[in-house]
Amino acid sequence: MSFIPKPKVHHPSLQKNELGLTRRDYEGAITTLCAGCGHDSVTAAVVQAFWELSIAPHRVAKLSGIGCSSKTPAYFLRDAHGFNGVHGRMPALATGANAANGDIIYIGVSGDGDSLSIGIGQMSHAIRRNVNLLYILENNGVYGLTKGQFSAAADKGSMSKKGEPNTMEAIDGALLALTIGASFVARSFSGDKAQLVPILKAGLTHKGFAFVDVISPCVTFNDHEGSTKSYAYTREHNVEIVQADFVPPAQAITAEYDAGTVRNVMLHDGSWVRLRKLAKDYDPTDRDRAYGCIRDAQSKGEVVTGLLYIDEGSQDMHGHAGTIGEPLTTLPYESLCPGNDELQKLQARFR
Amino acid sequence: MDRVNDFAFKIATANGTGSASANGLIMQAIFRMGVPVTGKNVFPSNIQGLPTWYEIRVNRNGYTARTAQFDLMVALNAATYAKDVAEVHSGGWLLYDSSWPLDERLKRPDITYLGVPLAEMCNASFKGVRERILMKNIAYAGALAALLDFDTEIMRALLTEKFGRKPALMDSNQKAINLGFDYAKAQFDCPLPIRLEKLDKTKDAILIDGNTAAALGCVYAGATVGAWYPITPSTSLMDAFSGFCQKYRRDEGGKNRYAIVQAEDELAAIGMVIGAGWAGARAFTSTSGPGISLMNEFIGLAYYGEIPAVIFDVQRAGPSTGMPTRTQQGDIMMCAYASHGDTRHICLYPSDPREAFEFAVKAFDLAERFQTPVFVLSDLDIGMNDWMVPRLEWDDSYRPDRGKVLSAEELESAKTFSRYLDVDGDGIPYRSLPGVHPKGAYFTRGSGHTKHATYTEDDAEYTEVLDRIDRKVQRAARFVPAPVVRKAAGATKLGILTVGGCHAACVEALDRLAKEGVAIDYMRVRGFPFGDDVRKFLESHDINFVVEQNRDGQLRNLLTLDTGFPMERMESVRYYGGFPLSATHVIDGVKAKLEKAA
Repeated sequence: MSFIPKPKVHHPSLQKNELGLTRRDYEGAITTLCAGCGHDSVTAAVVQAFWELSIAPHRVAKLSGIGCSSKTPAYFLRDAHGFNGVHGRMPALATGANAANGDIIYIGVSGDGDSLSIGIGQMSHAIRRNVNLLYILENNGVYGLTKGQFSAAADKGSMSKKGEPNTMEAIDGALLALTIGASFVARSFSGDKAQLVPILKAGLTHKGFAFVDVISPCVTFNDHEGSTKSYAYTREHNVEIVQADFVPPAQAITAEYDAGTVRNVMLHDGSWVRLRKLAKDYDPTDRDRAYGCIRDAQSKGEVVTGLLYIDEGSQDMHGHAGTIGEPLTTLPYESLCPGNDELQKLQARFR
Repeated sequence: MDRVNDFAFKIATANGTGSASANGLIMQAIFRMGVPVTGKNVFPSNIQGLPTWYEIRVNRNGYTARTAQFDLMVALNAATYAKDVAEVHSGGWLLYDSSWPLDERLKRPDITYLGVPLAEMCNASFKGVRERILMKNIAYAGALAALLDFDTEIMRALLTEKFGRKPALMDSNQKAINLGFDYAKAQFDCPLPIRLEKLDKTKDAILIDGNTAAALGCVYAGATVGAWYPITPSTSLMDAFSGFCQKYRRDEGGKNRYAIVQAEDELAAIGMVIGAGWAGARAFTSTSGPGISLMNEFIGLAYYGEIPAVIFDVQRAGPSTGMPTRTQQGDIMMCAYASHGDTRHICLYPSDPREAFEFAVKAFDLAERFQTPVFVLSDLDIGMNDWMVPRLEWDDSYRPDRGKVLSAEELESAKTFSRYLDVDGDGIPYRSLPGVHPKGAYFTRGSGHTKHATYTEDDAEYTEVLDRIDRKVQRAARFVPAPVVRKAAGATKLGILTVGGCHAACVEALDRLAKEGVAIDYMRVRGFPFGDDVRKFLESHDINFVVEQNRDGQLRNLLTLDTGFPMERMESVRYYGGFPLSATHVIDGVKAKLEKAA
């Protein structure tokens, strides 16, 4: 149960970040998920990413929908406001909160059930609006909390625990995100923290909707032979196509790789995401290529991972709405109310 | 019979032909003559070509309810001609376009036919199909001006205000007015016995629709986030909010001190409002019944998670798609208890645009004070029709009641913070907003939680929070606008209890019944939960007529549920056909029940 608080004991030798905080300061309650759940590894990566970025936990708002994945915001950043909403509708809550106060760092955690069935509309429209939000889709291809039904992300031909095959095509969240104009699309694997942490950091820093699809195996209902979202299958078929490194603003870029294989993309706060291309000709700013690359891999039964697409030139929701560059929540009332004189003047219109 | 400043007429056209501007001109001209006037737009759920009517009631006594008695019909739609002829009050008049012959079979001996060759005159005077059609409307306004004795100077002034900067349009409009006016003057005995005469009864009034007024209330309340999905008849509310914000909330650099999000659906719209309310903004949505149906799940989350939200429900005729352009009070029950599980919501019921303005402001104060969703239940008639109401006033000393929100300093100095703890014994806990202080952090959830905002499946911990929320909302009964009461001249055992847009019809009915010797006390509830005064009113009468606009007597049901007053002692008077309520509906209903009782 998520009400069990984790003891907040600090070992003196624990490494501290720029704020003087240790990783323990970024943790939350003890997980209530099954032992070995991929989601817990994602949580650990989230903790690591926030700690490395030295973000003050209380400046973060963490939101989620309903499902196993959506429980996880309770397990990180205990000093941040959390909001466990209704099924599939975290994007609306995040959109509203962000509209009200765009100065907070928003992280949304969802699953394939939450995002690709009931929530497919809301996720799509949050992408379309480019809400400034790190959106993690913890993808296990199965409904865990209701005990093992296929989700819309289950691959065609994959087997349920009871041995029934899934006969319908899967909805690929990353492809969907690319198609509808996402400004940041990545895919990773919960078992690959080295890859996931820099992606999460880049996603947190990206000004806009950062979509991160994380294959996160369900040990209880979808880790058997015949499942394409199992640990074994993912490890075997994972093709890392772009390796992302996150470089904070103050650090210089050093030429560590062959010039032709590295691409540096500057994020809005002056930090860099360094993309090392493992596949020839891969261009992470070419939406069509990214799309083709995912499709090609799918046809071979492979899962491409890495930061697949990034567009740092896009406008986020506040840009589209033309809002003032400060939280609407702290605007003084005097600047919002036109007053009685104006009301009397206005009413000439109604005579 | 003296029919000066006391009559009604109706204009039948097809929609999409531009008659709205002519009808608006007529309304405004009467209003500027100082004569109380009401306009009801009876329009189809369609963009072009279907029948539409505009009803105008002129009443020197200031009765603004709809009347179904029409003295004059302007019948310009062949498709509805038979129905329109039949609706004219005996002894009345019918104005028709005599460019075409009249269907003799539909002639009535008891009314006077006034043929004006509108199409013929406009075809001769204007070029192009579009202008000819548009000017035909203005020409009937001109004919009416002669027949009903409008002040032509006022009409000219209105045209100048509207088209002052477009001389070509000004000229054609004036020309069209003159065509109709001169023809009527020459051919008929002008003015008719039903006619206008200048009064001074509108100088402190305005003509405004409830959606515009509610939007203005949102601006004055300091609302900064509006999220919505287009739906008739609420769309013009957010449109108006957008317009006012562009006027009042845009800084010199063109940056906005507001955010309006057109959501993908109502499910998202309410989610955005709740997210924004959670983050600390005054946020609202405007919708109608179908939207509320969709929002139900999220509304329960806001109730249980204790998040302020303001929801305008501009009611229309249901169920399902129903009649989207007709009015009703069909959402009274749904809003009071929206969502699954045990919920109860604060509801405000404005009766006209002025109250829509005032209650909009009140709704935000209550939502933040009580940390819960608040409904403002308007309806299509209030929301979309122009009403004559007293000028809106604003008290500049007003400051928003943001409720119990802890600042960074307060959190810093606090020993502990428990989001759902009843510290003050009034059922209202303290809130913290995201991003303010680490000590304010808590987890908002729709799942079972303790007073410390931790997850629970324990019966005692769960019920403790649920019961407190019930006490909290019950307490709001003392803070919602008090009922309006009008005592009969003498003691009576009869009472009328009603809600919202029924007010104008009820007040007129009470006066007319009083003249017939039937004295009735009157109460109009303006907020839910109901206060003690509501039950006391009901108890002090032998027969209570509950007047409302829905099939099932939802207000009557709600009165019994909330006050425990027995339903048998309330007589239900209902009209739910989609038109605004008329005094006749009330009088007929009351009399029928009285006869039955006798």
